[in-house]
Amino acid sequence: MSTELPEPPSKIELKAGVGGGGEIPTFNITLRVRRYLPETTAEAYWEDFKLTMYGTDRVLDALHKVKWDHDGSLSFRRSCAHGVCGSDAMRINGRNRLACKTLLKDLDTSKPITVEAIKGLPLEKDLIVDMEPFFQSYREIMPFLITKGHEPTKERIQSAEERAVFDDTTKCILCAACTSSCPVFWTDGQYFGPAAIVNAHRFIFDSRDEAGDMRLEILNDKEGVWRCRTTFNCSEACPRGIQVTKAIAEVKQAILSRTV
Amino acid sequence: MQVHKYDVVIVGAGGAGMRAAIESGQRARTAVLTKLYPTRSHTGAAQGGMCAALANVEEDNWEWHTFDTVKGGDYIVDQDAAEVMAKEAIDAVLDLEKMGLPFNRTPEGKIDQRRFGGHTRDHGKAAVRRACYAADRTGHMILQTLYQNCVKHNVEFYNEYYVLDLLMVEEEAFREDGTAYQQKRVAGVVSYDLATGELHVFQAKSVIFASGGAGKVFKTTSNAHTLTGDGMGIAFRSGLPLEDMEFFQFHPTGLAGLGILLTEGARGEGAILRNSDGERFMERYAPTIKDLAPRDIVARAMANEVREGRGCGPNKDYVLLDLTHLEPEHIESKLPDITEFARTYLGVEPFTDPVPVYPTAHYAMGGVPTNIETEVLQDNDTVIPGLYAAGETACVSVHGANRLGTNSLLDINVFGRRAGIAAAKYAQDADFVELPENPDALVTAQLEGLLSSTGTENVAALRKTLQDTMDAKVQVFRDEKSLTEALEVIEDLRKRYKNVSIQDKGKRFNLDLLEAVELGFLLDLAEVMTTAALHRKESRGGHYREDYPNRDDENFMIHSMAYRDHNATTEGISGIRLETKPVVVTRYQPMERKY
Repeated sequence: MSTELPEPPSKIELKAGVGGGGEIPTFNITLRVRRYLPETTAEAYWEDFKLTMYGTDRVLDALHKVKWDHDGSLSFRRSCAHGVCGSDAMRINGRNRLACKTLLKDLDTSKPITVEAIKGLPLEKDLIVDMEPFFQSYREIMPFLITKGHEPTKERIQSAEERAVFDDTTKCILCAACTSSCPVFWTDGQYFGPAAIVNAHRFIFDSRDEAGDMRLEILNDKEGVWRCRTTFNCSEACPRGIQVTKAIAEVKQAILSRTV
Repeated sequence: MQVHKYDVVIVGAGGAGMRAAIESGQRARTAVLTKLYPTRSHTGAAQGGMCAALANVEEDNWEWHTFDTVKGGDYIVDQDAAEVMAKEAIDAVLDLEKMGLPFNRTPEGKIDQRRFGGHTRDHGKAAVRRACYAADRTGHMILQTLYQNCVKHNVEFYNEYYVLDLLMVEEEAFREDGTAYQQKRVAGVVSYDLATGELHVFQAKSVIFASGGAGKVFKTTSNAHTLTGDGMGIAFRSGLPLEDMEFFQFHPTGLAGLGILLTEGARGEGAILRNSDGERFMERYAPTIKDLAPRDIVARAMANEVREGRGCGPNKDYVLLDLTHLEPEHIESKLPDITEFARTYLGVEPFTDPVPVYPTAHYAMGGVPTNIETEVLQDNDTVIPGLYAAGETACVSVHGANRLGTNSLLDINVFGRRAGIAAAKYAQDADFVELPENPDALVTAQLEGLLSSTGTENVAALRKTLQDTMDAKVQVFRDEKSLTEALEVIEDLRKRYKNVSIQDKGKRFNLDLLEAVELGFLLDLAEVMTTAALHRKESRGGHYREDYPNRDDENFMIHSMAYRDHNATTEGISGIRLETKPVVVTRYQPMERKY
């Protein structure tokens, strides 16, 4: 519940230089993009673009600059451009990240910045992969609240502490950065993958849900949680800061103890 | 070209579309078409909350919520619609909780509520805790929960199917007074499969448009790249009116220079705005509720501080959102995402430093006119059988001249649900309307024209000019001169658009082609918005005319209805006809709007 706060002062002394400022610096980069245009060339190839960018620009801005000023055929998904819609997960300098959340100035701009599609899902064109297998795994863990008995008239009661148990895994935006960073998923496309397990966790540990056992049974499958080798790639890749490996460990623990 | 047959086709898979699909999918054979994947929709970017008078933490009732909505919209809200929304808000929130939405909780375990701009106790006496929320990712949780429930109910999605045309037929009909008119009836839609470049025609008894907003008309916007007003544009080109397009909301707190949204919930949790003197300037503009005044008032106050020289930064072009007096723990638990945005994108630490902010183009109050049953109108009162609209695409009108914060998440749930039920019910009794001959002819010609064009104009360059112009001239403050200048640019761009060409000539994921099509909608909508803004010679809500600074109820207490009409000229713009539609007034007579 919101706490009652005293009114802040009507006027304060601002620190000098507050809000940052000065001219936004520009710099030159080489964007090295893994191209794949199946209608014109059979093989994927690297293409370099030399660009002048600003200090506040993200990798997505560089991709847009290529598409809008140089080569309109460069294809990638994007929508919100600030890290909440999950469209633009890609491999940037070999690491899965969201292009809209990766500032160029935070990368080493003295070397080419490599951008390629996420791995483990069928490549369609340039940075675009077929997301269907990813969403199929998600759907299989029954990602919706399951309850028994009559619906209450008002809301279900849940304490703030009960709510906090699964808070971390509610942040998932289904961008696939975690799943497509997982070496197990690369070699075994049948593995549910971290994102599906994260979303199962979100319901297994929700005090209102009554189908935890069913979900644990699904994840106890040979393609389930036991395939996880705890390499932590997924936790590092998650743009939402979800502790993915921890969530997977909690699901493993729950299967073993069946405390849920 | 493939032809599919469904009882109900829903265009758009954001909050309104998926809320509709959950209802419709359980009653009739339903398909949802989206140009994205459902979970990418911009509902997911909404942050602060969804208001409903649950009275979980303090006294509240839906009548106060109705009043706030009407007053917030500067009295051009249709009051019957506002009443429906405020009443049904309570069940809308409870429905989401039952679907699994993880709301923040009170110590008793009930849904917690917080303050939000313009939402007040007892008709404006003080700010009230009405917004139900899940940290500062309420929209994300709504989008996820609705998608989860679509999965549960096996809703059929056609992902990355871009709807480009609405198929309707016209037949002669007679009004009660015996006069003849052309009655439109819906037959289906034409869509473009982005993965393959193939056209798919969907024949349907009912069609629901829930395709979101058009914020990309502007450069500085909280909106996603994909919010290009497709649904409104298709309706307009099909001869349907667009209502109240002059009213566009600028959200006060966009990250300066970037436009990325920082929720009003921050101010609901106690954050305040300061100018370069360190002054909490909202005390001067809205003495009672200060920083929690409605968005139009706060945005105007901020723009005014900047133009009077009290802006911050090297160019004195923004103000500051100050959270530094709040407990870091409180901020971390209630506003984790927006503080991360400030760190990631501006490198500012909100615990210790105030955050640079400036108004950002956020929300179209206007759209495709509907009645409270979400049926689309072809004129002021003639319903088009089988055609529905909900959410930002639609104008029912609950937001009037200025939407209150949280009322959009409410709108999509209340009217999305209504649309789903109504569309399925209609489909149960109706027959399919026969498709026109060559239903894809128009779209095929449009796409082939773009693909084969050897023109010299560039899509990105035209779009940039449009967005820069709208940012500069159709802003928080506008006048005849700025609007006329904007229209000159828009008319020039519309001419040049006929000469655009694209580089990607392929069929697979041709997003170059997609952007060219989207630009066409943006140009149409910018023209309508600006023409309607020029015509409304008064100031009301989000539409502030410096040359007409007062509200003029005598002449302008009316909705505007813009039609594509090649025989008409409005404000010097040929091809647009502007009509008016009365505002529905039930309980509240217009009063002076003070906070």
